[in-house]
Amino acid sequence: MMSEKYVVAGVDVGSTAVKVSLYDGDRLQNWLEPTSWNPRQTAADLLVRAASDWGIRIEDIQSVYGTGYGRANMPFLTKAITEITCHAKGASHLYPGVQTVIDIGGQDAKAIRVEKGGRVSDFIMNDKCAAGTGRFLQVMANALGLDVSELALSTSLQNDGCQINSMCAVFAESEVIGLLNQGVSRPAIAAGLYKSIAARIASMAARIQPVMPLLLTGGVARHEPLRLALERELKMQVIVPPEAVFAGSIGAVLYAWDDLQEEDA
Amino acid sequence: MELTRAQAMSHFDMAIPHAGASLKQLKEEGKKVVGFYCMFAPQEVALAAGTTAVALCATKEEPIADGEKTLPRNFCPLIKSSYGFAVTDKCPFFLHSDLIVGETTCDGKKKMFELMAKFKPMHVMNLPQSYQTEADKEYWLASVKELKQVLESTFSTEITDENLRKAIHELNEERLLIQELAQLMKIDPVPISGQDLLKVLWARNFVFDRNEFSMQVRELIGELKQRAQRGEGALPKGAKRIVVTGVPTGLGAEKVLSIIEECGAAVVYIENCAGMKQYVTLVDEKQSPLEAIAEKYLNTHCSCMSPNPKRLDLVSEVCSEYKADGVVDIVWQGCHTYNVESRILRDHLKEKNDLPFLHIETDYSQGDVEQLKTRIQAFLEMLA
Repeated sequence: MMSEKYVVAGVDVGSTAVKVSLYDGDRLQNWLEPTSWNPRQTAADLLVRAASDWGIRIEDIQSVYGTGYGRANMPFLTKAITEITCHAKGASHLYPGVQTVIDIGGQDAKAIRVEKGGRVSDFIMNDKCAAGTGRFLQVMANALGLDVSELALSTSLQNDGCQINSMCAVFAESEVIGLLNQGVSRPAIAAGLYKSIAARIASMAARIQPVMPLLLTGGVARHEPLRLALERELKMQVIVPPEAVFAGSIGAVLYAWDDLQEEDA
Repeated sequence: MELTRAQAMSHFDMAIPHAGASLKQLKEEGKKVVGFYCMFAPQEVALAAGTTAVALCATKEEPIADGEKTLPRNFCPLIKSSYGFAVTDKCPFFLHSDLIVGETTCDGKKKMFELMAKFKPMHVMNLPQSYQTEADKEYWLASVKELKQVLESTFSTEITDENLRKAIHELNEERLLIQELAQLMKIDPVPISGQDLLKVLWARNFVFDRNEFSMQVRELIGELKQRAQRGEGALPKGAKRIVVTGVPTGLGAEKVLSIIEECGAAVVYIENCAGMKQYVTLVDEKQSPLEAIAEKYLNTHCSCMSPNPKRLDLVSEVCSEYKADGVVDIVWQGCHTYNVESRILRDHLKEKNDLPFLHIETDYSQGDVEQLKTRIQAFLEMLA
C-alpha cells in the first residue's frame, strides 16, 4: 500500500498553546508550544521541530490539517476544520466509545455530543466572554498572587469552597479581592472559583444532554480540582485522558489521514 | 460552473440609497407618511387613508450608543437602534413620518413607544397576547377599527371600504409575487443567494410605488427562471440548504446570513420579519375588509404570542418543502421571547423533521464574527 510511507500533520492553533500531531497510520506523536504574539510563526516553528524530531523534512509531510482559532490564517495548511469537529474526533481516538466531550480552552468552552467514529451530533459553545475558560482561571490566579499552574495545588479539596457569584472575569476579580480582604483563605477561594466554573460549564452542557462516557479535554482539563467539581455538578464520571490537551490536533491529523486513505481508494 | 448574480439585482442595490430622496419628494408633493416598525401594522389601512406607509430604521449598530443614553444596555439591539435612530433624527423615514404606528408586542418595544411618544406623534395599537381565541380576535379587531379612526381624524380623511379593498388587493398581489420569488429557492443550485433574497424583501419597504416594485420583482423572477434553466447558481450545486428563522435580520443586521453563505451553504428560506413573515398569508378578499385585515395581521406568528404554534408548524413545513439540511435560529441578545421559544422550536423540529438545529444569540456588533464563523462552520461540518 502506497500510503505506508505517508506522514500527515494536525495543527491546533489555540489562543494559549499551539499543538502539533504527526501520524503515519501507526505512530502518533504530539508537540506543544505556548502561543506567542505571532501564532502563525509559532505554528510554523513547531511543525518544523516536530518534523525534525520525527526524522523527516517538512516537505515530506503529505498534508497538514489545521484547527483552532488560528486556522484561518495558516498558509501551509491543506485544509482547515473547526475545533469542534476535531475535538470530537480526537476524543473518540483517546477514548473509543466516548459520547460527550467537554473542551475548555484558553478563551472558549464547548460541549459536544459525539456519535460513532467521532462525528458530532450536537454541540454548544459559550458566548464571547472569558467566563468559564482558561483565561478566567489565569486572571483569578493573578488576583490570588499565584501562577495559573499553582492554582490547582493551592486548592482545598474538601468541597468547602466559598461562594463566588460573578462569572464575568472582571467582576469576579473584584469579588476575589473582596474575599481576600475579608480574610477568606486562598484554598477556599480557589475551590470556590473551580466550583463556579464547573457550575457554569455544567449548565451549558445540560443543553446538549450529556451522557457518559464523558471526556474533559483542552488545556484546562489538567486542573484536577475542576475535574472533581465538574463530577459533582454533572453527577457523572469525568475522564481526563493523558493527552487531553492534544484532542484537537489529534482530530485534525486523523481527518488528514482519513481523507488521504479515501483519495487512495 | 461559474457563480453569478442576476442583473436585475441592480434595482434592489439602489432601493435604499434612493429611498430618502423619493420620500422627500413625496412629502413635497403633499403626501402624508405613516411610519411603522413591525409586521403587525396593518399597512392596508394606511394606504386606504391615502398615506404612504414606510418602515423605520432599526437595523444598524451606529445609533445604539444614542439609544443606550435612555434605554437599558441589556435591551435588544433592535429596540436600542430604533430609539437611537429616532431620537437623533438620523432615520429620514422617521423624520418625514407624520404619525408613527406601534403595537404592544414585546415589553421592550411597548415601553420604548411610551418614551418615543414624548417627541413624535404616536399611535400604539393594543395587541392581544395570543391569536387563538374569539376574545383575542375581537380585541384586535377593535384595535384595527381604532387605528382607522385615528388615521381618519389625523389626516382629515375618510377611509372607505372601496379604498380598503383596493389596498388589500394591491398588497395581496405583491404577496403572491414574493411567494413566487421565494419558491425559486427550491431549485438546486439556488438561482439567487439568501443575502440577495433578503435585499429584495427588504427593499420592498423602501420602494414607495408598489407598482414599480412589482415590476422590478417580475423582471428579477424572469431572469432567475432563465438562470435556473441554464443551471446557473448563486451558490454551488449541492450546497447545504439552511432555513434561517428567529428575530428580524434586516440589512445592516444580516451578519449571520452572510457568514452562513461565506461558509458555502445556501440560505434557502428566511423565516423572520425581515424575510417572509409578512408574505405567507393573504387578506381574505371575500370578507368585509376591516375584519379580513384584522384576521391576517393577528395571524403573524411572532414569539410575543403565547403560545405560538403557527411558527412551529410553518418552520416544519418550510423545512420539508425547501429540503433543508439544517435550521439556524437567530436571536438578538435581550430578546427573551425568541430566546425561550428557540428551545420549543428545537424540540418540535427534532420530533417532526429530525433536523440539526443551531441556536445563535448575538447582537449587531462585529465583535463575535470569528466565534460565529467557528460555530457555523462546525454546524455545516456536522451536516456533511
